[in-house]
Amino acid sequence: MTDVSTSRAAIARPTQSLFARLKLRELVLVPVIAVVMVIGSFVSSSFLMPENLLNILQQSSELSILVIAQSLILICGKFDLSLESTVGIAPMFAAWLMIADVSLGGSGIGISGYAGIAVVLATGLLIGLINGLLVVKLRLNAFITTLAMLILLRGVTLGITNGQTLFDLPEPFLYLGNAKWAGIPASIWIAGLLFLFFGLMMRYHRIGRAIYAIGGNPEAARVAGIPVERITLGVFVVGSLLAALAGLLLTGRIASVVSSQGQNMIFYVFAASVIGGISLNGGQGRLIGALTGVLLLGLLQNVLTLSQVAAFWIDACYGAIILLALIITRLSGETPRA
Amino acid sequence: MSAIESHAAEARGVSKRFGPIEVLHGVDISIPVGDARALVGRNGAGKSTLVGLLTGLYGASGGELRLGGRPTPSLGDRRGWRERVACVYQRWMVIPHLTVAENLFLNNQPRNGLGLVDWRRLRDETMAVLDDWDLDVAPDLEAWRLTVEQRQIVEIARALVQGSRFIILDEPTAELERREVNRLFDRIRALQDQGVTFLYISHHLEEIYEICRTVTVMRDGRIVADAPLEALPKDRLVAAMVGEMVTPLGKRAPAFAAAAQALPGLEVTGLSLGESLADVNLKVHRGECVGLAGLAGSGKDRLAEIVAGLALPDAGAVTIHGQPAPLGDVVAMREAGVGYVARDRHERGLFPLMSLGDNLTATVLPKLGALGFVSGKRQAGIVEAQIAELGIVASSGAQPIGELSGGNQQKAMVGRALASDPRVLVLAAPTQGVDIASKDALYRIIEAARQRGMAVLVVSDDLDELAICDRVEVIFRGRLTRGFARGWSDQDMVAAIEGLY
Repeated sequence: MTDVSTSRAAIARPTQSLFARLKLRELVLVPVIAVVMVIGSFVSSSFLMPENLLNILQQSSELSILVIAQSLILICGKFDLSLESTVGIAPMFAAWLMIADVSLGGSGIGISGYAGIAVVLATGLLIGLINGLLVVKLRLNAFITTLAMLILLRGVTLGITNGQTLFDLPEPFLYLGNAKWAGIPASIWIAGLLFLFFGLMMRYHRIGRAIYAIGGNPEAARVAGIPVERITLGVFVVGSLLAALAGLLLTGRIASVVSSQGQNMIFYVFAASVIGGISLNGGQGRLIGALTGVLLLGLLQNVLTLSQVAAFWIDACYGAIILLALIITRLSGETPRA
Repeated sequence: MSAIESHAAEARGVSKRFGPIEVLHGVDISIPVGDARALVGRNGAGKSTLVGLLTGLYGASGGELRLGGRPTPSLGDRRGWRERVACVYQRWMVIPHLTVAENLFLNNQPRNGLGLVDWRRLRDETMAVLDDWDLDVAPDLEAWRLTVEQRQIVEIARALVQGSRFIILDEPTAELERREVNRLFDRIRALQDQGVTFLYISHHLEEIYEICRTVTVMRDGRIVADAPLEALPKDRLVAAMVGEMVTPLGKRAPAFAAAAQALPGLEVTGLSLGESLADVNLKVHRGECVGLAGLAGSGKDRLAEIVAGLALPDAGAVTIHGQPAPLGDVVAMREAGVGYVARDRHERGLFPLMSLGDNLTATVLPKLGALGFVSGKRQAGIVEAQIAELGIVASSGAQPIGELSGGNQQKAMVGRALASDPRVLVLAAPTQGVDIASKDALYRIIEAARQRGMAVLVVSDDLDELAICDRVEVIFRGRLTRGFARGWSDQDMVAAIEGLY
C-alpha cells in the first residue's frame, strides 16, 4: 500500500459517527453548558427540578425561534434587525383587529381568533417581503434597512394602540402559547421541531446548501446557477414569518400584547447566534450550534435569577458572560483568511 | 451534425454597449472544437467584455453568438450556459466554508430519492474526480484551505463535472509559481488531447506560445488579428496589441554602467525570520537597481516586508545610507527613507473609493499642514506634479482611483512610495497585471528613480521585471543561492529560481 492510498483510505472512511461529523466548533458550548448546570445545582436546589428546566425551555422557545430566523439570514450573508419589532407588531396588529371594543384599544372589527393567527403570519410575510425587496432589488444595505424597519415597526406598534396593552384575546389565538402537549408546553415542541426541520433542511436540502453558498461567495453562487436573489428574498420572508410565529407564542404565554413586546430581544438573538458559531460574515455555522447558544443564554438567565444577584446587576453579569463565551468560542475555533 | 458542432464558440458582428458607450464594435470570432485559443490585448481592449458575453454575464447589444453550434441560451438559463461554457476567473470562485466536495458539485449535488443531498455519493464521486486529477486533498477539506493551485484545479474540474467542454481561463497563472504553472499546463494539454476547447487570457505572452495554437488579438473593442501562433512571432503580436512598435525597455542593453562610487544605499545583514529567511545578506548601492528573485514562499516577500517595517526579523539588521534602521515600524522605516510598493495593489495598496490624489498622498499627510490638518492647496500642488511626472491618465486628482486602469493605478502606487522622497525604493511585483505600455511606463519611472540616486530593490519572479535590474540575487527557501549580472539567460534564471542550479 502506498502512502497516498493510505491517506486516502483514512480520508475516505465513509461511516463516520454523527459525533465525529459535528465539528468541535459546534459543540464547544456543551461543556460550558454543563458547567453552568453544575453551578446552577449548587446555587439553588430547585434548579434541576423538571418544572424549572421546562420553564427555562419555555422561556427560551420564542428566543430560539428568532435565532433560527436570524441564523438563516446570517448564513445567507445578511442581517435582519427588525425581527424583534415583528415579534411585537404582528400579534399587536392581529389583536387590534380581534378586539371589538374600541374603549379597550381595539379596532372595533372583531375578527375571530383563527383569522387573527392568519393576520399574524400575513403581517410577518409582508414585512419579510418588504425587507427582502429593499435589500435584494434596491440593493440597500441590510443592516441600515432593517434598523430603519425596526424603528418604524416599533413606532407603528405604539401608534396603533396609543401605547395600550391589549387583553381579552380569543382562546384560539392564545392556544399555541399556553397549551401543553404530552405534559410539555406546545411552544417547546414547536421550537424543537422547527430546529429539527431547519437543521435538516440546511444540511440536506439543496436550498439549504445554496444559502451557505450565497453567504460564502455570492458571485460564485450566481455563476453556479443558484438563483441568488430569489433565495435571499425567500430567506428574509421565512425569517419574518418565524418572528411573527414567535410573537404569537409569546402573546399566548402572557395572554396579552404589550406595545414593547420583543423589545431588546435582538441583542440576545445575535448573542446566541454568534456564540453558537454562526458567523456574522455569512456562509458559516450550523443550527445545532445556534441551539446550544440559546440554551446557554436561557440557563444563565435562570441561574443568575436564582442566585439572588441583585436584580440591577443581572444585565451586567449577563453581558460579561456573553463576552466570555465569545472569547472561548473564538479561541477554540480557527479563523480562515481574515 | 459534426459540421454544426465543429465550433465551440462563434460570434458574428457582436457589439456591446454599456449605457451610451459602445465597448465592442462588431466582433467576429470563431473557435473550433479542440482549439487552444489565446485572447490577448491591453487592459481595456474589450477582452473581459467578450468573456462576459461568452459566459452569459450579460447579453450582446447586437450580432449573433453561438456556443457549441447552437444559439446561446437565455441569460436566466444558468444551467444551459454551464453545460456549454465555463470560466475560471482570477477571483476566487469557490465558496470558502463549503467543502471541496460541495464546491465541485456546487448546485449540482447528487440527490437521493427524496430530493435531498446524498452526502455519501457526493463524497464518492468527489473521490473519483480527485483521483482523476491526482489531487491529494480530502473531499471534506473546507475550500479556503486550498492553495491557489489546488483551487484552480477544483474550478477546472468543476467545469468539466458540470458537462462543459469549453473552458475559458482568465489569467490563471497570475498567482502561481513556475512549477505550478508547468503542472497546470500539463493538465491543460491532456484535456486538449481529449477534445476540450480552451480560450486562454493572459498578459504573459511566453505562456501563450507555450500552450496555445491560435491567437486572437483585441484592441479598442475590435479584433485586430486572428492567426495561428506560428504565423505571429512575439514582436508582431506585441505590435498588434499596442498598435505601434515598442521596444520593451527591459530587454535593451544596459543604459547605465554600474555606479562607480558604490555608496551604500540599502544593506541587510544576517537577516533571519522563522523558516522564511536564514542569515540573508544583501547590499544595494545608491543609484543601483537590484532584483530579488524567488518563488512564492521563498522568503523574498518577507524580506521586502522587513525592509518596509511590516515584519520584525528574529535576527539581523537593516541599514539605510549606513545608518541602522528602526525595524518593525512602518512609519519609522518610511522616515528613515524607505518607499515601499506592496505586491497586489488591490489587496494591499489601493483605497479604491478614495480619489487619486488622496491615494497618492496617503503616506505624506503630516507634511501637508500643521497639527494634522491637511492643506488642500498644498495637497493639490503635490498631486498635480505627481500626475504630470508619472504620466498618470486621469481626469483629475479628484477622480476615484478605482475608475482608473490597472496601469494607472499601479503608477499611483509607485507615486505614493515616491511621495515621501525615499532613499530606498522597494517594489514587489511592480508591473503585475498591467498592460505592456503601462509596464514600459513603470520601467521608466523606476529608471528615473534610480538615476536620482535611490537604491532600488525589485522583488519579483517576473523575468521582464528582473531584466531591468543591474544585477539579480536569487533566493531559494530563505537563502540567497546565486547572483546574476546583467545579460543572464532566461533558462539560467528560471533554473536558479526553481532551485535547479
